[in-house]
Amino acid sequence: MDEKTIIAKRVALELTEGSLVNLGIGLPTMVAKFLPAGIRVFFQSENGIIGMQPLPEPGEANDALTDAGGTPTSFIPGAAAFDSVASFGFIRGGHLAVTVLGGLQVDEAGQLANWMVPGKMVPGMGGAMDLVSGAKRVIVAMTHTAKGAPKILKKCDLPLTSVRRVALVVTELAVIEPTAEGLVLRETAPGVSVADVVAATEARLIVPDVVPTMAI
Amino acid sequence: MTKLTALRDAVALIPDGAVLMIGGFMGVGSPHRLIDELVRQGKKDLTIIANDTARKGVDIGKLISAGAVKRLVASHIGLNPETQQQMIEGKIAVELVPQGTLAERIRAGGTGLGGVITPTGVGTVVAEGKQTIEIDGETFLVEKPLKADFALVAAWRADYYGNLQYELTARNFNPAMALAGATVIAEANEIVPVGMIPPDQVETVSVIVDHLVAREA
Repeated sequence: MDEKTIIAKRVALELTEGSLVNLGIGLPTMVAKFLPAGIRVFFQSENGIIGMQPLPEPGEANDALTDAGGTPTSFIPGAAAFDSVASFGFIRGGHLAVTVLGGLQVDEAGQLANWMVPGKMVPGMGGAMDLVSGAKRVIVAMTHTAKGAPKILKKCDLPLTSVRRVALVVTELAVIEPTAEGLVLRETAPGVSVADVVAATEARLIVPDVVPTMAI
Repeated sequence: MTKLTALRDAVALIPDGAVLMIGGFMGVGSPHRLIDELVRQGKKDLTIIANDTARKGVDIGKLISAGAVKRLVASHIGLNPETQQQMIEGKIAVELVPQGTLAERIRAGGTGLGGVITPTGVGTVVAEGKQTIEIDGETFLVEKPLKADFALVAAWRADYYGNLQYELTARNFNPAMALAGATVIAEANEIVPVGMIPPDQVETVSVIVDHLVAREA
């Protein structure tokens, strides 16, 4: 299993029946493919739809319907479309159960940086700041390191997306829960030891006596 | 009562240096014909308020490629490297705004509100230089309204009065922008006789639409 598949499969286990979920572009979008059997969720795309079905059937693409990355998509029966004001009302207003976002850095305070690298990459925050401010749960889905360098740090040095503490960080090595006491190592990936995770992490990790393996 | 205006005449109303709101999200729901005509007429020094600049050479990206934009207010430019390049070279001044804040600032501009009080961006670079206020122990940012000289919107269907309906994710910023432009120019995929759009299904009300771009002969 490649690292993105590990992450997407583990994040999918966090989604519960009937909940409203927003998946960021890139890796988080893969989560939709791994929903556990029998679980039905409503996917929101911030460009204005709830009930998005990530992959259109061949020939079903509609010029007036894409996901937030501009990729053609389709919708399930019972879907609803609305404008950007309403869309972000759902997001900021706490109506979203879960948002899954990519990350550049997360730190010991559970704060996320994911929208710019000054002087190098300035894509803009898009909807990320609103999503992190307003969703009931924020799950960060990202690789544990970037070209060998840790992304889970004592303190983010990139501009923050929000000062709010995220709920969960899922990587190809581990599941980490930011708490008021710090980052708690909740699970390791199959074949990965606690020592492996600690070695790939700059931040201090709180390691409970028992750290189960991801049930993926 | 008809607001039908020829494409070239509608765009000729827009002077160089104007502030334009342009609907669309990655080009979906952008007024494609109006954008093409802005480029054809060689407009310059425009300020564009829009969610994004699509991709290089596509929709709003055409205005970037044409060098028509001197200032941009947007939430995301990551999929158009040319916009980022012009920003780094100092050709375009870019203000990046969280997407929900952008939508609300436009709504505030169009509905007579003095600003937006939002939790989004508190404690981040977005908050730099802005007023914050505490309400019931929670900190919020005060964000100013946005207005434009012209709002250029794209609808799925219009009637000849200028009542508008939108489709799926092509709706996005169009309805809010239609309220926030001093002059509103709309283009639609289809124009139907007055009365064909039931009142309950009108999304942008004709009284705020000034010009409806005619189908080309």
